[in-house]
Amino acid sequence: MTALTRGSARPNQWLRNLNAKIASIPMILTALVIFLGGTIWTVVYSFTNSKLLPRLSFVGLDQYERLWAAPRWIVSIQNLAVYGFFSLIFSLVIGFVLAALMDQKIRFENTFRTIMLYPFALSFIVTGLVWQWLLNPQFGVQSIMRSLGWTSFSFDPLYDADIVIYGILIAALWQGTGLVMCLMLAGLRGIDEDIWKAARVDGIPMWKTYVLIIIPMMRGVFITTLVIIASGIVKVYDLVVAQTSGGPGIASEVPAKYVYDYMFLAQNLGQGFAASTMMLITVAIIIVPWAYLEFGGGRKRG
Amino acid sequence: MDNMVASNNTLTAYDKGPGRITAGPSGRKPRRRLSRRNIIVYGTLIVVALYYLLPLYVMIMTSLKGMPEIRVGNIFAPPLEITFEPWVKAWAEACTGLNCDGLSRGFWNSVRITIPSTIISIAVASVNGYALANWRFKGAELFFTILIVGAFIPYQVMIYPIVIVLREMGVYGTLTGLVIVHTIFGMPILTLLFRNYFAGLPEELFKAARVDGAGFWTIYFKIMLPMSLPIFVVAMILQVTGIWNDFLFGVVFTRPEYYPMTVQLNNIVNSVQGVKEYNVNMAATILTGAVPLVVYFVSGRLFVRGIAAGAVKG
Repeated sequence: MTALTRGSARPNQWLRNLNAKIASIPMILTALVIFLGGTIWTVVYSFTNSKLLPRLSFVGLDQYERLWAAPRWIVSIQNLAVYGFFSLIFSLVIGFVLAALMDQKIRFENTFRTIMLYPFALSFIVTGLVWQWLLNPQFGVQSIMRSLGWTSFSFDPLYDADIVIYGILIAALWQGTGLVMCLMLAGLRGIDEDIWKAARVDGIPMWKTYVLIIIPMMRGVFITTLVIIASGIVKVYDLVVAQTSGGPGIASEVPAKYVYDYMFLAQNLGQGFAASTMMLITVAIIIVPWAYLEFGGGRKRG
Repeated sequence: MDNMVASNNTLTAYDKGPGRITAGPSGRKPRRRLSRRNIIVYGTLIVVALYYLLPLYVMIMTSLKGMPEIRVGNIFAPPLEITFEPWVKAWAEACTGLNCDGLSRGFWNSVRITIPSTIISIAVASVNGYALANWRFKGAELFFTILIVGAFIPYQVMIYPIVIVLREMGVYGTLTGLVIVHTIFGMPILTLLFRNYFAGLPEELFKAARVDGAGFWTIYFKIMLPMSLPIFVVAMILQVTGIWNDFLFGVVFTRPEYYPMTVQLNNIVNSVQGVKEYNVNMAATILTGAVPLVVYFVSGRLFVRGIAAGAVKG
């Protein structure tokens, strides 16, 4: 009798917050089944020789050896490296310079920001197709420059295998720098006005204040932006599909496209899984040090 | 993740920016209008603005020209003779493969994908965020951490397992399947958004409601929902533009008859058969970009808040 009353007074541990638990089922399923389970599944199957259908017949590191021997994968990785390097540098520099200009208490700030940010609302497909048209050698920028009298002018990135990746870079920068500018501007606005006053009193020139004081103070904003840009770079896919379809030849292939093509077009699942696992490792190399600095570095949680 | 949150907060502070300026000293500015510094600042900004506007300008101009004019003219010149035929053709007649019913099919597919995906993903994520902020249970934080870390995993890693799951459920290739996928991949960022917002609401409100005997759903619908309309609007902007602009999920998870607008656009423009009709292509491109652009221009500052939070999505 007493046991029963105590039982009803203190309900089962599992039934506490029952509604919250039921409401969280989609989140729990997504986290465990898709994000955790799916990732492990792909990594495990990257060690098999799955072709049309996933099969559990392990072949060790075969897929990875084949992957790194494939010229197309090597080109993809090189493209990603070049694109990633310049994309990071240019986004950060352009984004910061624009943000610094916008922070000069200018008029029409809203208009300028609206103009710089609108490309970000467009999809990569739209971006890629517009720049495909602008860089069209027959009608685009090149022909305009030639018709203006500069007949030897040659800028034909989309049909020149050596520089095609820069053509994609131009489009990507047009689409993404507005966002970087906004993030940087938010960072600049977060800096105490008194620091500027102090620098002015001490007679430090403005550019020096930016380089020596403001940028070091914005370390957090820079790192966040860096992580955002970097994880976007690894995923680059639609832009290439729309702008060049990987061409000319295989000159503008990227890893994400390699994965898609092998999984869904070439029906060589094992290769696709191995390539996507390599993408995962790339992201981990970017994210883990950042997460460690941010959460595990001993500053906040010891 | 703290950093993302922080940058979001500073952005909110920056929203109040102009107020700060007007609150300062008033009266005439002592500086001359045409100082060298002003010329440099405005000059650079105007040049940059022109660079950003150029593609939009060229798109519109090209779409209003006839093909003969495009072949002889330059892409920056305004049309000598304005024609809307390319627009009509892009909307109703452009071909993908054997189908020649234009982009309209892709448009309606995108509408049928975007509306349910937006509603369901926001409903699920807001309840998740509410549970995480106010009804913490054992293990909740762990699942949440996995979710946030998962936002950084390349989609390519999880695509095939999802294909299998959807196939088992019998919805692979259908609109339902795609809606589920959008709900899944929208969850990390939206849950974060809602969790942070609900956690920022005064706790007394929640406690008072508890004392009055309100339960999980009552508090959600009667108190939390009416108090957080702005964040729902931000989430909506984020999802509508994100889902409308998606290409990868559309091409992987649907059959050709359900292809969203972006996929169909790419197929129209990059199809190898036939003569390239650049004016039709540009009209089709503008049509596809129109929905997110309208959302962008109408929503203004809220869009900035949305992408600052959604930038994690990459």
